Amino acid sequence: MSSRTKSERKLAWLLCAPAVIVMLAVTAYPILYAFVLSLQKLDLRFPEQTEFIGLANYGTVLSAELWWLDVWNTVVIMVISVAIELVLGMLIALVMHRAIFGRGAVRTVVLIPYGIITVVAAFAWQFAFASETGFVDNLPLIADEKNWFGGHISSLAVIIMAEIWKTTPFMALLLLAGLVTIPDELYEAARVDGASAWQRFVKITLPLMKPAILVAVLFRTLEASRVFDSIFIMTRGAQNTESVSILGFNQLINRLNLGLGSAISVLIFVGVVLIAFVFIKGFGVKVEEGRPGG
Amino acid sequence: MKVGAREYSLWTIAIALVLIFALVPVLWLLSISLKPASEVADGRIIPSTFSLENYKSLFEGGWSASPFLHPLVNSIAIALITTVIAIVLASFTAYAIARLEFPGKRIILAGALAIAMFPPISTVGPLFDMWRAFGIYDTYLGLIIPYLTFSLPLAVYVLVAFFREIPWDLEQAAQVDGATPWQAFRKVILPLAAPGVFTAAILVFIFCWNDFVYAISLTSSDNSRTVPAALAFFTGESTFTEPTGSIAAAAIVVTIPIIVFVLIFQRRIVSGLTAGAVKG
Repeated sequence: MSSRTKSERKLAWLLCAPAVIVMLAVTAYPILYAFVLSLQKLDLRFPEQTEFIGLANYGTVLSAELWWLDVWNTVVIMVISVAIELVLGMLIALVMHRAIFGRGAVRTVVLIPYGIITVVAAFAWQFAFASETGFVDNLPLIADEKNWFGGHISSLAVIIMAEIWKTTPFMALLLLAGLVTIPDELYEAARVDGASAWQRFVKITLPLMKPAILVAVLFRTLEASRVFDSIFIMTRGAQNTESVSILGFNQLINRLNLGLGSAISVLIFVGVVLIAFVFIKGFGVKVEEGRPGG
Repeated sequence: MKVGAREYSLWTIAIALVLIFALVPVLWLLSISLKPASEVADGRIIPSTFSLENYKSLFEGGWSASPFLHPLVNSIAIALITTVIAIVLASFTAYAIARLEFPGKRIILAGALAIAMFPPISTVGPLFDMWRAFGIYDTYLGLIIPYLTFSLPLAVYVLVAFFREIPWDLEQAAQVDGATPWQAFRKVILPLAAPGVFTAAILVFIFCWNDFVYAISLTSSDNSRTVPAALAFFTGESTFTEPTGSIAAAAIVVTIPIIVFVLIFQRRIVSGLTAGAVKG
């Protein structure tokens, strides 16, 4: 190895080291620490009772009905919101790409939900649906005085709407990035051959956009699996709308039960790894073509 | 190609729907924030009387008593400090990845991506415990560290995508033409890199500005509580008044700058969010 290559490598590592250390300091180390905590009976309200109890906390969590209810809620929110976002995001991406006027305006306005604090978006939707302040009840076709936050399904529906509103723009922009890479000539050729707009979409756009779609869906699915802010603001888990993240937070921060809470943290981490694994191995998502979400 | 009237009206409808979709919740918040307390519950989309009392209540009592000023300053300070540090660290890393040959390049990129997928809630418990032991629970530093961790992958990816586009040969060309290395960097490379750096900075800022999980888990007082956390714990002026109006006003105050930002830097943000999304 020439000394020039050597010094180049050294410089590269020096430049990367600070960022790598900061990234590992708050992920690799804490998740290992969480694993250690999860093997203990550890309640900060009764620190003198701390003891090593092996995997007992995992047994407690996995045999609790609440855990499985929360897993179910999280999966429902994740699947429905990502599915609707994909369709809406694709429509908005097509408008941004193909509209014969007003593209700039649409691109700008669509960024507003992206820039808004999730907590603020959650309040906006909560106020719109709450029976005291809401205007939704006054809209035509809506049953008068419906108590949206009084039932399980309707509460979940409002939470999902807020999630969709906030994150569809990001999905649309990722899809737009894939859309612009498709050469126009393909569409022209198909048009000459007499393909309808729908055929062109199904036969050209969708197949060529598959990598972009999979990456967007993977990142949004992982993000949706963390759903926390909207639920915390709108229901705090009432009407059985708790997600696994809310459950973990309640155990860790409200009840100060670090042992049990850490077991939940580790299980959530394992769940995320599983989702990523299924996407990468199962659907062949080329993650190196992906990028972190914003 | 001539545009038919039918096509024109279809696009008008499509664009109008997108605009309504994006704007209605914001307008609704604005409407509530402008209603006097007696009319918050009237369900009208346009307030019958306009009042600024909700906005006044946010700042009432000045620095010592206002429920909103401390969180606002905390949010701005924490997001700005994090942005500056993240951009400096990410620029080093992105420069190395875009410009230098070294083993481990792919591992760093893959690792950054893995961290972007990492569930923050899984680190909340350990950090809560560690921060109290280190004495940085409920401090700026306690929030800045996790924000750095989770914004660095985003910043690195955006900057690598931008840096790869820079024609670095120009730097040598400038030096051949007699510029010093510093001049070459300042006059040639810096102007080319600035848009990417700026874009990454906007995205990091928005990320920190938005966080809620860490903000409620690692803070307990006005010392470091940021706006999203403060909003969640807002209380009315008395036990009998709902804080709806004040929350709406606070929400508008923190949203307006973002909207202005987005309006001015729309192009930058779009290119940043889509940079490297798919290899062209």
